[in-house]
Amino acid sequence: MTGTVLGAPDIARALTRIAHEILERNEGHDSLVLLGIPTRGVPLAHRLAARIAQVEPGFDPTDRAGALDITMYRDDLHRQPTRAIGETTLPAEGIDDRTIVLVDDVFHTGRTIRAALDAIKDLGRPRAVQLAVLVDRGHRELPIRADFVGKNLPTAKTERVDVHLEETDDADEVLISGAGSKGAGA
Amino acid sequence: MRHLLDTDTLSREDAILILDTAAQMAATQEREMRKLPTLRGRTVVNLFFEDSTRTRISFEAAAKRLSADVINFSAKGSSLSKGESLKDTALTLQAMGADAVVVRHWASGAAHRLATSGWMHGHVLNAGDGTHQHPTQALLDAFTMRRHLVSEPTGKALEGLTFAIVGDILHSRVAGSNIPLLKTLGANVVVVAPPTLLPYGMTEREDIAIHYTLDDALDAHELDGIMMLRVQRERMTGGGSGFFPSPEEYTRLFGLDGDRMRRMPDHAIVLHPGPMNRGLEISAEAADSPRSVIVEQVSNGVAVRMASLYLLLAGEEAAE
Amino acid sequence: MTDTATAYVIENVSLYGDTRADLVLKDGVIASLSAADAPEGAVTLRGEGLIALPGLVDLHTHLREPGREDAETIETGSRTAARGGFTAVHAMANTTPTADTAGVVEQVWSRGREVGLVDVFPVGAVTVGLGGTQLSEMAAMANSRAQVRVFSDDGKCVHDPLLMRRALEYVKTFGGVVAQHAQDPRLTEGSQMNEGLVSSELGLAGWPSVAEESIIARDVLLAGHVGSRVHICHLSTAGSVEIIRWAKAKGIDVTAEVMPHHLLLTDESVRGYDARFKVNPPLRTQKDVDAVREGLADGTIDIVATDHAPHPDEDKDCEWGAAAMGMIGLETALAIVQKTMVDPGTLSWRDVARVMSEAPARIGRDGGHGRPLEAGEPANVTLVDPGAAWTVEPAATASRSNNSPFGGIELPGRAVATFLRGVPTHLDQALEGVRA
Repeated sequence: MTGTVLGAPDIARALTRIAHEILERNEGHDSLVLLGIPTRGVPLAHRLAARIAQVEPGFDPTDRAGALDITMYRDDLHRQPTRAIGETTLPAEGIDDRTIVLVDDVFHTGRTIRAALDAIKDLGRPRAVQLAVLVDRGHRELPIRADFVGKNLPTAKTERVDVHLEETDDADEVLISGAGSKGAGA
Repeated sequence: MRHLLDTDTLSREDAILILDTAAQMAATQEREMRKLPTLRGRTVVNLFFEDSTRTRISFEAAAKRLSADVINFSAKGSSLSKGESLKDTALTLQAMGADAVVVRHWASGAAHRLATSGWMHGHVLNAGDGTHQHPTQALLDAFTMRRHLVSEPTGKALEGLTFAIVGDILHSRVAGSNIPLLKTLGANVVVVAPPTLLPYGMTEREDIAIHYTLDDALDAHELDGIMMLRVQRERMTGGGSGFFPSPEEYTRLFGLDGDRMRRMPDHAIVLHPGPMNRGLEISAEAADSPRSVIVEQVSNGVAVRMASLYLLLAGEEAAE
Repeated sequence: MTDTATAYVIENVSLYGDTRADLVLKDGVIASLSAADAPEGAVTLRGEGLIALPGLVDLHTHLREPGREDAETIETGSRTAARGGFTAVHAMANTTPTADTAGVVEQVWSRGREVGLVDVFPVGAVTVGLGGTQLSEMAAMANSRAQVRVFSDDGKCVHDPLLMRRALEYVKTFGGVVAQHAQDPRLTEGSQMNEGLVSSELGLAGWPSVAEESIIARDVLLAGHVGSRVHICHLSTAGSVEIIRWAKAKGIDVTAEVMPHHLLLTDESVRGYDARFKVNPPLRTQKDVDAVREGLADGTIDIVATDHAPHPDEDKDCEWGAAAMGMIGLETALAIVQKTMVDPGTLSWRDVARVMSEAPARIGRDGGHGRPLEAGEPANVTLVDPGAAWTVEPAATASRSNNSPFGGIELPGRAVATFLRGVPTHLDQALEGVRA
């Protein structure tokens, strides 16, 4: 299959649902920190934070959403061209004893999340770490699962899943393409 | 990037990438846990044909904080006694499986030779070659300047800023690397030195302002920063080969004291690559003033060297 | 050589590139310019497309023997010279021991004879051990079997002006000449390359033009003052050409030589820090290259000499600052002169005969060399194929060292045969194939 699998309204609905699920699961917002994984996890984290703030006015969406760059923790650095290092921004108070929700666009092999867990370990000691993803396309290579999923999207390994967001790509959409093409997606 | 040999051939894009990466590295160094797993399993050799404890430990700290294995290799030899040949040393390092070699050498061009001779495959970082270049020093200086003088520095260069470099331009590899890099990054360069300590032909250059006394330079330019170079006392005076008559005369014409420092705009910073000769090229008042970023240069040096090692070593070999 | 009895006939060759003739070489002399006079059993070579020149003479060669036989020997250097079209070379005195006594120069001379591929004329040192403080026994060397006429401390400058004056005066006794390595030692302390914009960029200590020019100026004034002749080795700068031009206009008896590498290469070559380009005096700027070419064209510079300076790999395959200075050049010299001077039209082949054979032989007082290509003259002859383009492969040299800076450069022609007193010391395989 090739084409748009989620449009802008689908994405908006999915994020709203995830925001509610996060609040329900954590019984409030007191210790929540949303950390997006660059590139597209970061705007997603900010959107989720904004939605949480709509429900919980005491939640400061600017301070509680940040970015976690995992480049230096990847296990495939030697197999790729040199990657630019992204920015890591944390709440002013740090992450000790917080509940971190990692936010990423596409959940695939699990290696990115493994690197993110390593990165978090060097930044402090959170009370818990949870994972929210917009799309879970399967093909896990590590025993890692998501806590909050926007959409489960069965794919072939050879297919490519691209998430586009207004903040980075001028449009909200999730595309699937290229069965049989070489790229394995995000 | 395959090697970091000089700043002449460093593109503006690569220079800014190094500075931006260094900024992220510097951020990691403010954490409690400063060690990153990035270069685990990689071997970095510090190959020093010349003693330089400061530079060596800076590179060593950088490599270790990225979890690389570090081997320190001090080779004997000088321009007078050849000692172990660079080639044999390189073959040894190749056999040891060095992924990167940080080389300090008394001979100009030694890093270049190591990188291009085919004696070894690893990445080469020039940590100072003769009187040629010391690129990571220039990068850490530029990083320090950018941090203090450019708002929201990520992705930016040093456009329109004016820096003076004062002292022994002729023999200084720091000046040799700083001048091209500052030009690449869009800064204005003012060189202040006695004519005896200027490289041949520099006065012909139209893209550099040259002054023969520090006072002239301070009168002529609104400086954003001033870099004082170390005077090699032993080399500079005495016999028929002295480049200036006495340390006292040098200090009178080129020394940065409090009065001269105050003639610069309030925001202007004071840099020195170290080690300083207090009372010769810089007074204690200037060196210890709030404008002095000399100590910060040292910590920025680690971040810039981490960035350089990361950019050379972290990518796949085939992509170079 | 074994076949001294064989006569050679080179049919229909161009003498000096401008006169068609045959060359009959027999019993060590040019017997005739007509093949009709060829004796029975003579080997005939077809000369079409070839140019005959009097055998080339190099006034400035380093054969390294005695002392550095790992770099070159009189035998390997002689073979290299013959392949380059030379019939005589002057072997510089900076050997170990120094060629500063009759004993050493006779040893070099007689070894050259034994090898028999070129005439090896030893150069005597001006000062004992090239030390620059005490004159060597130059008359003893002049009167030895080696008959030394050229004296030089090459590698070092005879820097003391009084000593230089004495040397210039003293060699008049036997019609000698002092060949000066013009380099002010103080101005060139630690120098690594030409002082200029490139040296500033590369951080290599500069060797300023003025360090050469000031010594040349002093020495032409001294030579004029004492009425002696002086020869300037490896002239390399535009300013030096001007000084020589001025001195000659004044009637001073000065001669000067330029090296092929100074006709072709500039200090830009140093940028890769490849020590094959390290030489003394150093490669200069394009302005200097233009000036020495012009000086050679107008006769200000009298000769081309090679400064063939073999060094083993370990002295070149290292960092610039540790590398030895010098480059080999016997096999490439003629072709570089063709490329830089003949092909652009600034020198004729007759001029090449002058600057690479006649004038150096005259300066060195080499009897039997640099003679006209005429019947009755010694059969020292070089055959040049100006259309035999080739690419320099340093490893293919006959020299024991391969420190050529010209590797990979295409050159337009080369010597295809060299005859020393009628005996072929170099005969190109291609030429063998066209034996009639």
